[in-house]
Amino acid sequence: MTVLLSVQGLTKQFGGLQALTQVTFDLPQGQILGLIGPNGAGKTTLFNVINGVYHPEVGRIIFRDKDVTGTKSYDLAHMGMARTHQIVRPLNELTVRENVMVGACFGRENHNLSKAAGIADEVLEFVGLDSRADQLAGSLNVAQKKRLEMARALAAHPYLLLLDEVLAGLNPSEIDGMIQIVRKIREQGITIIMIEHLMKAVMNISDRIIVLDYGEQIADGTPREIANNPRVIEAYLGNSSLADQLLEEE
Amino acid sequence: MKQLKSIGLWVSLLAVVALGIGPIANRSASLRETTYIIMQVIVLAASLNILLGFTGYVSFGHIVFFGLGGYVGLYLINAQNWPLWSAALAGGLTSGLLAFLLGKAILRLRGAYFALATIGINEAVRAFTNNFDPFGGPIGMTLNFRVYNSYGGAANALWLVYYAVFAIALLAVVLNFMVKNSKFGLGLMAIREDEGAAEVMGVITPNAKTWAFVLSAILPGIVGTLFFFKNGHIEPGDAFRLDYSIEMLVIVMLGGQGSVLGPILGAAGYEGLRNFLLTSPLFKNIQLSVAGALLLVIVLFIPAGAVGWLRRRVPILRKVLA
Ligand SMILES: Nc1ncnc2c1ncn2[C@@H]1O[C@H](COP(=O)(O)OP(=O)(O)OP(=O)(O)O)[C@@H](O)[C@H]1O
Ligand SMILES: [Mg+2]
Repeated sequence: MTVLLSVQGLTKQFGGLQALTQVTFDLPQGQILGLIGPNGAGKTTLFNVINGVYHPEVGRIIFRDKDVTGTKSYDLAHMGMARTHQIVRPLNELTVRENVMVGACFGRENHNLSKAAGIADEVLEFVGLDSRADQLAGSLNVAQKKRLEMARALAAHPYLLLLDEVLAGLNPSEIDGMIQIVRKIREQGITIIMIEHLMKAVMNISDRIIVLDYGEQIADGTPREIANNPRVIEAYLGNSSLADQLLEEE
Repeated sequence: MKQLKSIGLWVSLLAVVALGIGPIANRSASLRETTYIIMQVIVLAASLNILLGFTGYVSFGHIVFFGLGGYVGLYLINAQNWPLWSAALAGGLTSGLLAFLLGKAILRLRGAYFALATIGINEAVRAFTNNFDPFGGPIGMTLNFRVYNSYGGAANALWLVYYAVFAIALLAVVLNFMVKNSKFGLGLMAIREDEGAAEVMGVITPNAKTWAFVLSAILPGIVGTLFFFKNGHIEPGDAFRLDYSIEMLVIVMLGGQGSVLGPILGAAGYEGLRNFLLTSPLFKNIQLSVAGALLLVIVLFIPAGAVGWLRRRVPILRKVLA
């Protein structure tokens, strides 16, 4: 088991607000790690810190055996990290294909334009946006913009993919589609951290789950362990029968 | 796809040729002088377009590169006996160097702060020339008239610089097209749309922005030398006119920022309007107010400029208007 990402004692503050406290975990290659917790728990902040958008006050991040604490996002992208945004950030005045080409051109593999266009078309077909390739990204609906976020990240052919609530705001059939996509991505050997509120989906898809609450890591374990963890039930799941229900539907 | 894209380039080049061929065809010196300004404005607007249109950074002081290029070029011709062409090149490279040195520092600023910084730089360079003796201080420099003799006399020299500015206008258009259709340009447009997202996708934004700034500075420096050579005189008040900077913005916005044809249409349209205003007794003295009002109207109603508007209205044109 090789460790792809190792997060060691990450602490991040915004003014007086303790957004992350001593977050620590190792992520083996090929796993899907679910990241859950109530609103404002610090999940997106953890992505932003891993991804170099913010730098931590304390702690270290080791990615593919390199200490990348304080590394810029674009350098991390070149090293094989890609992400989607919870609040979608399409490049509105560029076409869908061009959006995805940015990922392929400037991500890990650093392709030229024509190679990138080929990759973009492949990835767009994979996420089911191929018929929209020539449309401006600004004209997509929210579900399509989520897929676009996914396609841009995938086009970089990353080692580590950070997915921030890719299921939020989708209808049940769109959710099923997206879950299929995530499964297929994992089959390609890409390691994933997935933030998700939709419990059924995370419980189902994750190899392992970490729970954040007020920036603290209150649990770390298999979906079954998490569903039966009293602290998690108290802080997040609400009641224990709900937890049982979630596991039954697995 | 590829072919259609290059149609866009040919349309733009043809537009420049159509505008610039007149004086050459009928050997008219007065037509040459008005057309000279249009060609120069195309160069300035197309250069600014790389920063404003592709990268999304608003420079209010872009004229500094024109003025600085003019100063350096004229100094080299006058005091160092350099030939015009190498002096103009040196003027362009000096402007590019200034952009390179300032780029990393001021391109960290966003929005209005960047715009203000560019005004500050223009004023700082103006103040520098005002106090720098080799550049003649507040009096500036006047070209030794005999310099023109090496170019077949003054009349001939004026034709030569016209050919040069014409060629550079074509070059500016090609440069715009190449940037727009390159990987570098894709990175710039990603920055324009969402700089944070671009960075996360791997665009090395500080470098990309700096090179865009440098590219947008070189040709203005070259035409700065050409213009003040033609003019025979340079002084701080003429070289660093903020109102020209603002007109450049209006022109790019009018034609359509981020398009190759835009700066050409903008230049032709605005210069036509300006000539009308300057000869109309009513508007003669408020020409700049009209420019300001025009800018407001564009920003409010047609933010994509003429080319953007045309593309939206007439979808077939989308393929041929680069
Ligand atoms: N740039 C910032 N400046 C100040 N405070 C911030 C910033 N980003 C996040 N926060 C705060 O940090 C806390 C954690 O926010 P974060 O977005 O990480 O939560 P989250 O777990 O992703 O929540 P959600 O489930 O709603 O997306 C919140 O209280 C938020 O207001
Ligand atoms: Mg969040």
